[in-house]
Order: sequence, then C-alpha cells, then structure tokens
Amino acid sequence: MTASTLNPLEQSNNNQLKRLKIQRWQDYLFEKATLLFATTTLLALLGIIISLIISAWPALSTFGISFFYTIEWDIINSEFGGMIAIFGTLVTALIAILLAVPLSFGIAVFLTEICPKQLRRPLGTAVELLAAVPSIIYGMFGLFIFAPLFAEYVQPVLAATLGQLPLLGILFTGAFNGIGILAAGLILAMMILPFIASVMRDVFEIVPPILKESAYGLGCTTWEVVTRIVLPYTKGGVVGGIMLGLGRALGETMAVTFVIGNAHKLSPSLFSPGNSIASTLANEFGEAEPGLHYSSLFALGLALFIITFVVLSLAKWMLIRAEAKKGMQS
Amino acid sequence: MSTSSSPISQQESNPTLSESDLKMQSKASFNLGIYAKRKRTNIIGLSLSMTAMTIGLVFLLWILVILFFKGFSSFSLDLLMQKTPGPDSEGGGLGNAILGSLMIVISCTLISTPIGVLAGIYLSEYGKTSHFSDVTRFLNDIMLSAPSIVIGLFVYALIVVNAKHFSGWAGTVALTLIAIPVVVRTTENMLSLVPVSLREAAFALGAPKWKVSFSVVLKAARSGVMTGILLALARVSGETAPLLFTALNNPFFSFDMNAPMANLPVVIFQFAMSPYQNWVDLAWGGALLITLAVLGLNVLARVYFREKVAN
Repeated sequence: MTASTLNPLEQSNNNQLKRLKIQRWQDYLFEKATLLFATTTLLALLGIIISLIISAWPALSTFGISFFYTIEWDIINSEFGGMIAIFGTLVTALIAILLAVPLSFGIAVFLTEICPKQLRRPLGTAVELLAAVPSIIYGMFGLFIFAPLFAEYVQPVLAATLGQLPLLGILFTGAFNGIGILAAGLILAMMILPFIASVMRDVFEIVPPILKESAYGLGCTTWEVVTRIVLPYTKGGVVGGIMLGLGRALGETMAVTFVIGNAHKLSPSLFSPGNSIASTLANEFGEAEPGLHYSSLFALGLALFIITFVVLSLAKWMLIRAEAKKGMQS
Repeated sequence: MSTSSSPISQQESNPTLSESDLKMQSKASFNLGIYAKRKRTNIIGLSLSMTAMTIGLVFLLWILVILFFKGFSSFSLDLLMQKTPGPDSEGGGLGNAILGSLMIVISCTLISTPIGVLAGIYLSEYGKTSHFSDVTRFLNDIMLSAPSIVIGLFVYALIVVNAKHFSGWAGTVALTLIAIPVVVRTTENMLSLVPVSLREAAFALGAPKWKVSFSVVLKAARSGVMTGILLALARVSGETAPLLFTALNNPFFSFDMNAPMANLPVVIFQFAMSPYQNWVDLAWGGALLITLAVLGLNVLARVYFREKVAN
C-alpha cells in the first residue's frame, strides 16, 4: 500500500497506530526508568558492603578473624583489634534497650488505653516530634547537662546501693566522672524512647476494637486487656519495634560520642569511659593514616554494618509478619 | 451468660440461709479476693504506665527547655550573618555553616526527590508483586535505619578517596543515600492508597500507563508524597555522622561544592567538643537552629498530610 492510495479513514487509522506506537515506547521507557531508580537502592546497599570489605581487607587479612575479639588497639605499634569498640557498642545498646523498653511500653499503653481522648493526639504528636530531634542534640545535652548531674547525684547513690551487691557490684564501681558507658547507655535510652514508643503505639492501634471490647465485656480490667489481649496480638510488631530501636541504638554516633568518654579501655565497671564502634570512627577516622589503622577502622565499620543489618532484618521480618496478621483480620 | 446471672441469683437467695447458700457465700468471698487482687494489679500496672509517660515527658521537656534556654542566649543577627570565629575571640556567627548546610541539603533534596519518587512509582505501579520489588522493599527499609556513619565511610571510600579531597558534593551524596529510602517508602505507601477505580477510569479513557501513573496517581497522592519529601529533608538536616568524613568543614564562606564545605552539624560537633566558651555558646545556638528547622519541617509535613486526609 502506498500513501497515495489511502482513503481518509485509513489515513486516520494509520495516524492512530503511529500514536499508539509512540505511547508504547513512552510506556516502555517510563517503566525502565522507574526500574532503574528502584535498582539504585539495591546497588547502594551492595556497594556499601563491597566497598567496606575492600577497604577493610588489609586489616582482615593481617589479623584474621581474631580482629573481632582482640582487645589491643595500639596505633603506634599498629596492633589492632575491635573487641573494645564492639563491646562498647553492644553494652551501651543493651543498657538503652533495657531502660527504654519498659518505659516506652508504659507510654504506649498510656497513649492507647488510659489517656483522655482529647489529649491522645497532642501527646502522640509530641512523642513523634521528639523522635525526630537530631541525635547531636541528645549528645550535647548529655555532655553539658546530664553528665555533671549524673556524676554528682546519681553515681554515688548507685555505688552505695547496687555497688554493694556481691556479684553485680563491680559494675557500679570507679570514679564518678559522669561520662562513661552507663551515661552513654542512658542518653541512648532517652533517644530511642520516643521512637520505640511511637512504633508500639502504632501496633497497639491495629488491635481490632472488637477483641478489646469483648474482653472488657467479660469484665477484664484495663491491665488485663493490655497484657492478655493487646500484647499477645501485637507480639511480633512490638518485638519488631524494639529491634528497630536496637538498630538505632547500635548505629548511633553523635549521642554516644559526646558522653562515652572515648577511651580505648576495657573495664568491668559501667562508670568507666569506653568506646563504641561509631564513636571510634567519628574520633579517629579523620586522623587515620592510610594503612592498617585506616583499614582497621573500615573493618570496624563493616562489623557495625553486619550487626545492624542482622538486627534490622529480624525487625523487618517480624513487622512484616505482624502486618500479615492485620491483613488476615480485615 | 451464666457468669452475669449468678450474682443476681445469689442476692435473691440470700434471705433463706441454707447450707448451699453458705457454700455460695464462701465462694463469693473467695471470688472477692481474686477481684481485689485483679484490681490491685490493674491499679499498679496503670500507675506504672502513667509514671513511664511522666518520666518520658519530663526528660524530653527538660532537653527542649535547656536547648531553648541555652540557645536563645546566643541568638542574634550575627549568628546568621558572620562566619565562624577563631577560638576565644569576640563575635562571629555560624553564617558560613548555615549557608553550607542549606546548599548541601537543597542539592540533596533536588537529587533524591526524582530518584525516590520514580523508584516509589515502580514499586507501587509496576512491580507490585514481583520478587525483585520484595527484595528492594526489604533492603530499602533496612537502608532506612542503617547506621549513618557507615554511609559516610562508604562515600569516603567511593568519592573522597578518588577525588583526593573532601567536598560539598561528597556530603550531598552521603545525605542523598539517607534521604532516598525515606522518599521511596512514603511515595510507595501514598501511591497504594490511591483507589484503583481512579486508575481504571483513566485507562478506560485510553491513557497510557505512564500518563496514568504520572498525571493521575501521583497527582492524587501529591500531598502524601510531599510529606515524604519534607520528612526526608528533616531527617538529613540533622545528620552529622555522614558529613564528618565527606563535607568536613571550612572556616570561610564558600559557594564551591567541589571543596570542603562548612555545615551546621559538623560545626556544632567540633565547637561543642572544644574547650573554648565562645565556641560552646555558638554550638548551643546552632543546636537550637537545627532543632527548630527539623521540628518545623516535621510540623509542615504533618499539616500537609492532614490537608490530604481532610480532602
């Protein structure tokens, strides 16, 4: 068929076909463009892991797996082990979680069950806004305001009471500096408190009202409804929220660096200054010479990334299961 | 049914004291014991929960009050206009740091918004159920709370080592990597809230898929997506750790994104850790500025989102 023999109807058909073809092309391009950007997230994560391994390789091949449990961190003699920093990270995060979980559970219960309706929204918003305060603020508060008060009033009391216990006592001995592992754990607890509380409140709110109403109808008290109905129903979500908070606490840099004391020491006392992975990186990376020191810092970063990756994956998995439960109900 | 009717029958049979009634009374007093215990547990539990709320609020209000108190005392026009001073010298401000932060954060937003929104469109419109999207979604959520200092390390190894100098661009890239997951997540969530009938109506009119996604679905979810962008902006404005090894610092005013750049969080960190009183005062001023900016962005995002809900 040549163009000259086309009648008007066929010509308009032809135009439409052409337009359709263009649209199909545009569709194809748009889909591939969005796909490309969706892959960037994947690539970024892979890139992070690969680049960390490459940069950490000299240290890992020199010290082997023992890098992760060697205590020595001697910059002058180039002897490096990550034990102190890994220990500091785990202990501060553990203290933070132990303190923040019961408190945030209380806050979430208050916001969903006890709080008067009119206050629910403003208080909930306040908690969410506080979760958004940058961590450097918590760090400054910890160093300038919290640490002096902690050294003057809290540490002597702790040493006089808990410090006298037979086995646990050793945790609460030493000089009252204000800064140290315990102080870092406390500041971290304050920082993740609003975060965990708002996640918990969100999962508590997915409990179908009919379940709670039935329990109240049978004569349950509010506390019984919370512990026997709400908590079992939202178990996965609550644990997921706690793990998210743990992930935050493990990877936090600023709030910890200000108050942990930045001393490369391993001490049984929680009052003594220590170091976490993130604070070691923040303090030493700027001055590290290319070589073993530099590469050991990357190895620490890799360890931190792997720890948080595992914790966050578990959190995500549990939250997904909690979501699936919610989907089944509706 | 039987539990609710038993107290009534007890009351009715009280006047005639038979043996079975005595048995019932002892049973009732036993129940009363349990009841008192349950009530006690309830009161203890609820008051503990109220104490938790009080402790939480007191601590957090304490932080904010201190911040405002300390921050306002160093607030002045100089804080916004002057460059950072030397140690123990008079005057000076955070002007260069504010300028640097604005430039880094704005370029980060300009880069992360299109990437994040398009990736979100893919997850919600094209790959709703594919394995690839499941994996992407999972890793995206992990990136959402990955330690920011590790992202700083990555950008250092990737850009700073190769370029052999710190730069504003490196800081921008680090912040972009933190902002993208936030935008992706909220965009996807908001797009999936758009009713399917809206898409079907557009398809029925003969619109191609890209036009439906872009001009119908994205437009309908506009305020939600905007919320995500604002939240990402709030998140990156307060980030310090990834900027330590990327943008570093610069004591002078600089518009050159290819050179080390002053920025508010790193300046606050360095000044607060220093022994000089004038630096510490400036750090409090900067901390207040940054908190106001972050909280302001959060409130703005909320207002935006509420408007959407109202519509």
